Amino acid sequence: MADEHGRKWDRCLADTAVKTVTGLGVGIMFSVLFFKRRTWPVSLGSGLGLGMGYANCQHDFRSPYLIHGRVVKDQ
Amino acid sequence: SLAATLTALSADVSEDTLCLSLCDSRHRRTKTDRCLFLSGGGAAKVVAAGLVTVGGGIGGTILYAKWDNKFRAAVENNVPYSDWLLGLALGPPSPKSGLPIKKQYKDCHEHQDTSVTAAVHPDTESPTATEPLKERPVEEVAAILAQQDQEEQDIATSVSASLEESLTSSAKATLQAIGAQEAALQAITRHTLKLKEAMEAEEKSAQWKDLEAALADRTGAVNDAETALSKANEALDSLKSVIDKSKGLKVSAVRPLVLAAEENLHNMVVDLDKVVTKVHSAESEAKIVSQYSELVNEAKQQFQREVSSLTPEIQANWKGLTGKLSSDDLNALIAHAHRRIDQLNRELAEQRVREQIHIDAALEQQKLEDQKALEKAVSTALQHIKEEARLEQERKLSELREVMEAEMRTQLRRQAAAHTDHVRDVLKVQEQELRVDAEQVLSSKMLEQETRYRQLSQEQLDNFTLDMNTAYARLKGMEEAIDSHVVAEEEARKAHQLWLSVEALNYTLKTANADIPTVPLEGAAQAVRDSCHDSDFALALSSALPEESLHRGVYSEASLRARFNSLRSLARRVALIDESHNSLYQYFLSYLQAALLFEEKQEAPPAQLCSEDLDPFKLLSYASYCLEHGDLELAAKLVNQLRGEARRVVEDWLTEARLTLETRQVVSLLSAYANAVGLGTTQAP
Repeated sequence: MADEHGRKWDRCLADTAVKTVTGLGVGIMFSVLFFKRRTWPVSLGSGLGLGMGYANCQHDFRSPYLIHGRVVKDQ
Repeated sequence: SLAATLTALSADVSEDTLCLSLCDSRHRRTKTDRCLFLSGGGAAKVVAAGLVTVGGGIGGTILYAKWDNKFRAAVENNVPYSDWLLGLALGPPSPKSGLPIKKQYKDCHEHQDTSVTAAVHPDTESPTATEPLKERPVEEVAAILAQQDQEEQDIATSVSASLEESLTSSAKATLQAIGAQEAALQAITRHTLKLKEAMEAEEKSAQWKDLEAALADRTGAVNDAETALSKANEALDSLKSVIDKSKGLKVSAVRPLVLAAEENLHNMVVDLDKVVTKVHSAESEAKIVSQYSELVNEAKQQFQREVSSLTPEIQANWKGLTGKLSSDDLNALIAHAHRRIDQLNRELAEQRVREQIHIDAALEQQKLEDQKALEKAVSTALQHIKEEARLEQERKLSELREVMEAEMRTQLRRQAAAHTDHVRDVLKVQEQELRVDAEQVLSSKMLEQETRYRQLSQEQLDNFTLDMNTAYARLKGMEEAIDSHVVAEEEARKAHQLWLSVEALNYTLKTANADIPTVPLEGAAQAVRDSCHDSDFALALSSALPEESLHRGVYSEASLRARFNSLRSLARRVALIDESHNSLYQYFLSYLQAALLFEEKQEAPPAQLCSEDLDPFKLLSYASYCLEHGDLELAAKLVNQLRGEARRVVEDWLTEARLTLETRQVVSLLSAYANAVGLGTTQAP
């Protein structure tokens, strides 16, 4: 259905946004807490978040094409 | 008009000059044309020669056909349309001349034969003798004989009447003539007697008066006799003609009458001739006597003249002679008398001398006259004798004929008797035979009638049974017809029901609104199934309806079209995504392509898709075009060609489209089937 595509995109964006923001937050937290307000944990965190979201999005969009195979051992 | 002719001429001239100039130009331009024309001249010569030959051939054929009819017939038989041409040129073909000439000759010959037979026919007395090889029926013969007899009788009576009439008239005339002649004869003889007496006796006035009276009488009588004779001759001639005519009729019954008439005629002629000869002889005698008397008178007159010359004063009349004569006169008279006597004596002497010569001459004359008379008498006698002989011959002939006829009659009677005997025998035999035949025929006819009767009665029975059978069969037929009608009506009702249900099904398809599918087709399909229990085809069809349509209903084409339009943009956006290319980067690229690529909104799809047409954008535009033009099927087919993510995206739509198409197909099939069934039931089974 076409709606699924839209829904996917909604999910994707929402998820990515959430993850990015969460990563950002965790980064900020870690930066504030552990890494003396350096920016790298923020960007790392947001990057992580974004990356995860992207990967999730991609995975979500790829999901129809993924083939789950199992190795069948010859017995 | 002059001006007109001038202008016409000038126009002609100008035309010619124009033509010439053109020709010149043409000539100048095309020299080869002249060569062609020359060769064309040769061709023209050939054509002309051919035409002349053909015309000559045709003309010669026509002339010869005119002369010879057989040739003409042969040509007409062998060459088509030649009869039309020859008829046009020569007129209709004359018939063969040989046949009519023969026919004419034959007709002439026949006519002659018939005339001869017609002439011969009345001659014969028995008609059966002239009929060749054909015996007429007895009644006809008897009738003809009776008729002939009647005719003969009539002719005989008429002839006899005419003969009698003419006989009586001629007899009367002859008698009259004979009487007149006799009277004339008597008158003549009287006259001669008187004359003789007058000559010899004294001349007395009474006698002369008598004589004159007698003479007048005689002349009158002679005239009468002449007229009577002529009348009698006329009558006799008429009688002769009548006799000849009746002889010409050649009827046997008349013959004796004719014979008698002829005899009478002959007798009358003979009598008349006799009397006429008598009269002639008397006349000749009278002539002699009159001559003598004339001579005497002459002598007397001479003497008187002499006397008167001597004595002129005296009248020369013996009656007036009284005593007037003087002596001188008397002397003179006596002298004269003497002289006269001398003269007379001399004459007498001379006469005596010449006596013999005179006598001879007289004898000669008499001989001649006698000869003439003899000849005449002989000729008349010969004629009479000839006539008598002829009459005798005719009499003998008639007698002989009668005898012959009597004999023939007896022979015929004998023949007839023999014939009747023979005929009686033959008739007896024939009667036997005929009786046997008739009895046979009767028996056969009786048999036939009996068989016919039996046949008829059998036929009647058969007919009756046949009628009963036919009536029964008809009744059965009618019952069957009614039943079949009932059946047919049932069928028709069912078909009608089916049709109605199919129509209902069709209608349910229309209940789809935009984005809302139709009502579930379950009910209508059930109705259809109910109304086609016996039709496997319909059952199969109704069960072929897809489940989704039954339970959920189908979307209308319009809704699908609308959906497609929204889907199209999505499909465009994910055009590059497929199994291998499905990262987000690909997504980005795909989006970029969709943003940057512009294709036709609608493009007519070709009849055959080539590999270039499998581009999703193209496919989408084709599908859009098809949808816009109402061809959902083709659009579905085209959309089916999408691959990858685009395909996944439109999968739903495709399914729906398939569903709709399926349902529509089934419903149209059902409706066609219902229509066909409905049409079929309206006809008689």
